[in-house]
Amino acid sequence: MAKKVLVLAETRDGALRNVSFEAIAAAKEISGGGEVFTVLCGDTVQSLAAELIHFGADRVLVAEDEKLANYTTDGYFQTLKKIIDDESPEAIVFGHTSLGKDLSPRLAARLESGLISDVTGLEQAGENTVFTRPVYSGKAFEKKLISDGLVFVTIRPNNIAPLEKDESRTGDVKSVSVEIKDLRTIVKEVVRKASTGVDLSEAKIIVAGGRGVKSEDGFKPLQELADVLGAAVGASRGACDADYCDYSLQIGQTGKVVTPDLYIACGISGAIQHLAGMSNSKVIVAINKDPEASIFSVADYGIVGDLFEVVPLLTEEFKKVLV
Amino acid sequence: MNIYVILKRTFDTEEKISVSNNKISEDSAEFIINPYDEYAIEEAITLKDAHGGTVTVVTVGDEDSEKELRTALAMGADQAVLISNEDLEAQDQYTTSTVLAAFFKDKEYDIILGGNVAIDNGTGQVGPRLAELLDIPHVTTITKIEISGTTVNIERDVEGDLEKIETSLPLLVTAQQGLNEPRYPSLPGIMKAKKKPLETLDLDDIDIDEDDVEAKTKTVEVYLPPKKEAGKILSGETADQVKELVSLLRNEAKVI
Repeated sequence: MAKKVLVLAETRDGALRNVSFEAIAAAKEISGGGEVFTVLCGDTVQSLAAELIHFGADRVLVAEDEKLANYTTDGYFQTLKKIIDDESPEAIVFGHTSLGKDLSPRLAARLESGLISDVTGLEQAGENTVFTRPVYSGKAFEKKLISDGLVFVTIRPNNIAPLEKDESRTGDVKSVSVEIKDLRTIVKEVVRKASTGVDLSEAKIIVAGGRGVKSEDGFKPLQELADVLGAAVGASRGACDADYCDYSLQIGQTGKVVTPDLYIACGISGAIQHLAGMSNSKVIVAINKDPEASIFSVADYGIVGDLFEVVPLLTEEFKKVLV
Repeated sequence: MNIYVILKRTFDTEEKISVSNNKISEDSAEFIINPYDEYAIEEAITLKDAHGGTVTVVTVGDEDSEKELRTALAMGADQAVLISNEDLEAQDQYTTSTVLAAFFKDKEYDIILGGNVAIDNGTGQVGPRLAELLDIPHVTTITKIEISGTTVNIERDVEGDLEKIETSLPLLVTAQQGLNEPRYPSLPGIMKAKKKPLETLDLDDIDIDEDDVEAKTKTVEVYLPPKKEAGKILSGETADQVKELVSLLRNEAKVI
């Protein structure tokens, strides 16, 4: 049965995030030939609408308001609630991002709907769409469906392939105005800490360091490698607990769960909690002095050696081939 | 101040997971307080120390959850409430948040704290859902909180960046790592905890009919990820290994 599906698009630094294109692809599949429309919020975002159409959206609703320049739960909630009331979608797809995680449960509560979070795959089973998602940080997986009412899901970045971009696609772009009132939380300031601007949860490549990095300075060669590869830098809990880096970099069962195309683990022994956070990465490289380190049990490629020798060589080698 | 913490009993992070009969097997597993909820408990106790008041920890769970509630009491919470889920056939985040909202309906609360996510199901839904049902604002993934009067200043982690937020009580917040360093229960704390009030409620006590909170989602299958095949450990001179690795990543794995 064809469904009308709403996708919430997200921007970062003035550009659309990849996860929004992935969400459109997921929505297409859920729609079963129905309509996929995208909601785009911000202060000046109209110019980005065409790209959403190129990636498969049938229609874009643009909500522009200076109160939407920064994400606030109430501002976005009111906007989405109004659009959902007007449009009555039968399914909703958000990215499982900081914004999606904050907003989707609150909307689901108001809509009295189920919500399947952090979806990594989907398939059709008769009338239903069945969603795959990790549990226990990826130590296991479950398949779920929404048995009653609105189908509402958030999808994990980097897992569902976007549709091919087609610049000849056209679709309707319309402005909607929403009266936003009573923001109960106000964003006073956003302090940029993520050094490279490559977000861990969306990064295609991650260079991660563990206790073997030995100090804050020890992360420098990792950062240099990351810069050459356009990668994000992550860390194990050991490195965070030892104050070599900020907790926001932590990957693992506490911390972030990541699934990049390439994960390069440097001086990480591979505690079970860390493995839970990264072992579903597509390709894993382990660099560790200890040949018995359990990180090698999940690695596709391993180098037994000192990361301070191996990583700079790797940076040089990549520089040569990536020119 | 009336301070509440919602917490969940979860598998210990050390546990390996096994599946039997399409369910995660709980046989002989060790359980703990969800690590993110520990930050919430610690912060609640810190807020009480600064502003006075009472810290109440609440969970929706089976009778075994008493152990985790006692641990929270031993850390310094004043009282605990166990809302029994034994009448619930299937429980999802819709169920849990609706049950909690029914519990909070006739309570006075200034702040409710929880973890930003539980390490078992990993949805992070219950906190924001509960805030909406109670019609109070919420702030997720907080790393710092300061309360003066009813004004609340918060720092939160947004994908590695830091956002400074101003809001007001009553409020629900969810804890991110870095908020604090949870204390271990002291021996006197453990002794005292045995005597602190722990109330067990069933759904009738909070006027909930189990049909009204029936799960909106259904799990059709639970499975373990396929085992990874053994990888390739390179050998030879370091410089050659590095060259080989780069070539493998480009030509075999095709990720660069």
